[in-house]
Amino acid sequence: MEENKAKNHTYYKRFDTSKDASSHKIVGLAGNPNVGKSTVFNALTGLNQHTGNWPGKTVSNAQGQYMFDGDTYTLVDMPGTYSLLASSQEEEVARDYICFGNYDMICIVADATCLERNLNLVLQILEITSDVVLCVNLMDEAKKKNIRVDLKKLSDMLGIKVIATSARSGKGLDELKHAIKNACYNKKHSYLDISYDENTENAVKLIENDVRRLAGEHINTKWLSLRILEDDNAFTLSLNNFLGFDIYKDDALCENIFLAKKLLNRKGINKERVRDLIVSKIIEESEKIYKECVICHKDSTLRDRRIDNILTSKKTGIPIMILMMFVIFWLTISGANYPSQLIYDFLFKIEGRLYVIFSGAPPLISGMLIGGVYRTVAWVVSVMLPPMAIFFPLFTLLEDLGYLPRIAFNMDKYFKKAHAHGKQALTMCMGFGCNACGVTGCRIIDSPRERLIAIITNSFVPCNGKFPTLISLITMFFTLTIANSFLSSVVSTLMLTGVVVLGIFMTFLVSYLLSVTFLKGEPSSFALELPPYRAPQVGKVIVRSVFDRTLFVLGRAISTAAPAGLIIWLMANVNFQGTSILAHFNAFLDPFARLIGLDGVILTAFILGIPANEIVMPIIIMSYTLAGTITEAGSSLELFNLLSANGWSWLTALCCMLFSLMHWPCATTCITIYKETHSLKWSALSFIIPTLCGIIICFIVANAARILSLV
Amino acid sequence: MNRAIISLDHLCIGQSCCVCGLDSIGTQRRRMLDLGLVNGTNIEALHKSPSGDPVAYYIRGSVIALRSEDAQKIFVRLCD
Repeated sequence: MEENKAKNHTYYKRFDTSKDASSHKIVGLAGNPNVGKSTVFNALTGLNQHTGNWPGKTVSNAQGQYMFDGDTYTLVDMPGTYSLLASSQEEEVARDYICFGNYDMICIVADATCLERNLNLVLQILEITSDVVLCVNLMDEAKKKNIRVDLKKLSDMLGIKVIATSARSGKGLDELKHAIKNACYNKKHSYLDISYDENTENAVKLIENDVRRLAGEHINTKWLSLRILEDDNAFTLSLNNFLGFDIYKDDALCENIFLAKKLLNRKGINKERVRDLIVSKIIEESEKIYKECVICHKDSTLRDRRIDNILTSKKTGIPIMILMMFVIFWLTISGANYPSQLIYDFLFKIEGRLYVIFSGAPPLISGMLIGGVYRTVAWVVSVMLPPMAIFFPLFTLLEDLGYLPRIAFNMDKYFKKAHAHGKQALTMCMGFGCNACGVTGCRIIDSPRERLIAIITNSFVPCNGKFPTLISLITMFFTLTIANSFLSSVVSTLMLTGVVVLGIFMTFLVSYLLSVTFLKGEPSSFALELPPYRAPQVGKVIVRSVFDRTLFVLGRAISTAAPAGLIIWLMANVNFQGTSILAHFNAFLDPFARLIGLDGVILTAFILGIPANEIVMPIIIMSYTLAGTITEAGSSLELFNLLSANGWSWLTALCCMLFSLMHWPCATTCITIYKETHSLKWSALSFIIPTLCGIIICFIVANAARILSLV
Repeated sequence: MNRAIISLDHLCIGQSCCVCGLDSIGTQRRRMLDLGLVNGTNIEALHKSPSGDPVAYYIRGSVIALRSEDAQKIFVRLCD
């Protein structure tokens, strides 16, 4: 046991930066989903863990540090859980950490606006440890809703320190830091003892001594005994791992477990009933404390009900959803146009200068660095930065408001028809930002079957790396001829929305096909929380989303674009048997690519774009420009001319868009899928399925258009 | 208090009821218990999603959407 403790300790020891170990404290941050845990985490550590108003956003333990009164505190942000007794992945992570983690104390964050539900978890944690501070967050929201919390009474009834905070505005954080410090220095090493019904208590008494003998005093033996009595296999597995031996190999314990179960059975209490009794008791206690400490006016949810009646009603729910998507895309397209051009002009002016500066260098070096690396990076920055800087803040606003779970609510029927999980809508929303994030987010789905469906289909949602390609192709080939700029942006948006809707449709179709073939099964049970609406803090949202998401994604795009630019330049300039390697490659792929409405260059670009979707368009442009037709492609019109000169028609653009929507996921996403599924089979399927869909659909579209002589 | 027992999916929007039994087992039952659905818990049906299913319920201070398949397994008695 000591050995395991030591192992646990070394795991967290790498965060130990101070020399004096006693001044380094580890604080676990627990709480229900969506209570502002990440906001508290960020406010304390100054880190920028992404926050949003929907349950299940934090999916693994995140760590951060802060200094207070000369001590270093490492904060471990656990995934939000409603209970420690349930069975989803993230709940097990939280439970194992609270049971076996090497922390000094636990800080529980609770939502002041629905405290009753939160108290359930508080009591469960208190059964394991009393080194706890309760942080009642969102006090500002509670005040708005006329909910009054008697903190003194709450603290007395629970026997722990209770701090009121409004983490978003920073209120109460100093008190919280003080309370955390006090708890770390005055450890109680005790736990809450809840008295269950007589039969359960008697059964516990039968096995408690053996459990204590085996597991030691580290964990509340009564609590352990209860878990054993209700046959929580996942938990006993973790316990055995922690102890380093199988407790069921102890004959005395097994014998007494048998006796205890016999005793319960005689009273007509089976395994399910034990759990019911335990949970009912905890809920009863929570309810009692809640009624004593919280004064709530009944109409506190009236505002939310009114909003929900509009946003999720039969008549307006889905139209509003589509309208919102349309407005976001429209603002992104029309707002990004002008700054994109400015950045482009600026960066290419610099390119000219760079050539002058490098005029002394050998042409191979200057070509590689400027024509290869710099030009690709410049293209990625000018095309990606403006739309992302608009799209991400808008999306984060919706997220903050609490709208995303309503999307899941509105769309659930379709997911059910596809035998998939309603929360897949949330993971799809994450996919708009980045498919790799979306795949990780699939952990919020408990059922393994439905989680795999969500993972495999996630790349049908176009991520931010695909948007620039889609938008620039739409603008060049479909709306460039529309003189009225307002009208042209509206048409562009309609087309982009169409592409996205097609992606969503494909998600449903493929989910359904998967659930009748590889992943057979009925939809599992489903409970989706619709959190209260919160007024987003516009200023903070913009700053946060620009710095955390936009610059992060852009940084990643640049770091893949730079080496890719180099490689593609080399491929285009190193000759083999008289023609460049790139040309050989293009020529090799060309016949097949033509079959699906593309050409060799485009398909090559998609293959070379595996590190990141953002660089597909730059590679296409570079392949054409290096081939010597035009040396520079500035505005949309010039680009259009370049592509047209290389044989592009509207059909090429359309097929390119379709293939961009449906092809293999980028390298980061593939790696993430493998990490999440631990299976080559499912990773391969995630790669093959969208690719096949893309090839088939492009083939049909291209050949139908040719047969009908549309081109 | 001699009101008929119905399953939750038959509760009309705007009506309130009390839980009087769960008909699920295993993980699903745990999920329901986690929501605080023990005997005697009050539930109010708030609104339906655009396609009629799932339905949002007010349970112990939170709004929770349940599919009809899951609501069928929760037995309730209407409140006055």
